[in-house]
Amino acid sequence: MLKLSRLCAVACALAIGGAGLVAIDGAGVQAADDPVKQRMELMKGVGDSTKLGGGMVRGQVPFDAKKAMEAMLVIAETPDKFVALFPEDSKTHPETEAAPAIWENWDDFKKRLNQFKVDAQGAAASAEKGLDAFREGFVKMAQNCKSCHEKYRIKKQ
Amino acid sequence: MRLWLRAVIVFAIVCTVAYWALTAPKLIDAAALPKHKPDLDNGRTMFYAGGCASCHAAPGAKGEEALKLVGGLALKSPFGTFYSPNISPSKTSGIGGWSTIDFVNAMARGVSPDEEHYYPAFPYVSYQRMRLTDLIDLKAFIDSLPAVESDVPKTELEFPFNIRRGVGLWKQLYMDDKEFVPDEAKSAQWNRGAYLVEGPGHCGACHTPRDALGGREPAHRFAGGPSPEGEGYVPNITPSKDGIGDWSEADIVYALKTGFTPEFDAMGGSMAAVQRNMAKLSDGDLNAIAHYLKSLLPLPNPPRPKPKPAT
Repeated sequence: MLKLSRLCAVACALAIGGAGLVAIDGAGVQAADDPVKQRMELMKGVGDSTKLGGGMVRGQVPFDAKKAMEAMLVIAETPDKFVALFPEDSKTHPETEAAPAIWENWDDFKKRLNQFKVDAQGAAASAEKGLDAFREGFVKMAQNCKSCHEKYRIKKQ
Repeated sequence: MRLWLRAVIVFAIVCTVAYWALTAPKLIDAAALPKHKPDLDNGRTMFYAGGCASCHAAPGAKGEEALKLVGGLALKSPFGTFYSPNISPSKTSGIGGWSTIDFVNAMARGVSPDEEHYYPAFPYVSYQRMRLTDLIDLKAFIDSLPAVESDVPKTELEFPFNIRRGVGLWKQLYMDDKEFVPDEAKSAQWNRGAYLVEGPGHCGACHTPRDALGGREPAHRFAGGPSPEGEGYVPNITPSKDGIGDWSEADIVYALKTGFTPEFDAMGGSMAAVQRNMAKLSDGDLNAIAHYLKSLLPLPNPPRPKPKPAT
């Protein structure tokens, strides 16, 4: 009888321990999700800011120099955060739209992100000079979007 | 000889003859070409509407570089990898030695000057809708572009797809050899848009999903699907909730001119090159395309396979 209860106790301990190991392993998978979700959030922020600026440029919403500048600054702050979110193990995430070409052309990818930052800073600075100047700065900044998306994004939606 | 053996032999002969007949290339006769002085301006329009540079110039090529039709783009598909050929007027690397009827049969029938079938990665299913005068103009325009030499890999598919003759059977299923016929009940603008989209624009080549044989599925016309170029999805461009339902015609024109959707998402992937070509079209043509797209049957996205889990 005693042997059986000890056996049960050991079995339970192993089961709980085993479950604990699985939970830790599960948590490991979760952590790897993070850079992908984070970089998708950053791009969404860029999209929202681009939409705000673009709406002004298209004449759909009234031009507001302060809002335009702030939106462009959000964009300008993104590349440095973004570039740090591409660990090797994030290539095969089911939701990522990052093309394998990014890792194959890492220097070019970094260069384009830097250009994007510079042009967004320029667009932010142009906002206070009025709508015409802002339109020029915005369009220059916006050229970067397509050039990166052409080579480095795989659309999944 | 045994009866069954005789029957088998007769059956084999009948099948071979039928196969040969069904897979014969169908050609337009040179006598059918209208007497037409080429219009290079229209040829240029057809070049951009037809998106030739998207596949036949170097990937990512812009401006002057996009006029050098060196070929070499790799198009991955479930049947293997296709390589686009050099179609510059070079006599050694390209199509410099082609006659007008050679070009017309390539575009509208998918048949080479050697009377071999082209694989339908070349979207002749759309180009068959083009008017002969437009094809004549397009050839003249391409003849005016730089002749460039290049060494392009030959398309080599796995058995049985490497038997080009078999494409003749595919054509029996998916080609009707009909030019675009305007709808008299619709406006000139609608008809122009329909011609551009269904003919040179070949939008359905990417935006209509394909069945297991690689033919377009009419039930899901323009509703998007897996990218024919390998990874990712091509958007639904019907005016439904899943598609461009809440885009105005002006939004569509803006998107084709600038690459920005109404949400200011920037088009990328293969659409970037397409958009560069579309942006060269006149406002009238872009408005016509937008008008036609908004008239399409609104469709939901076709069912999608679940994404593969992370490895």
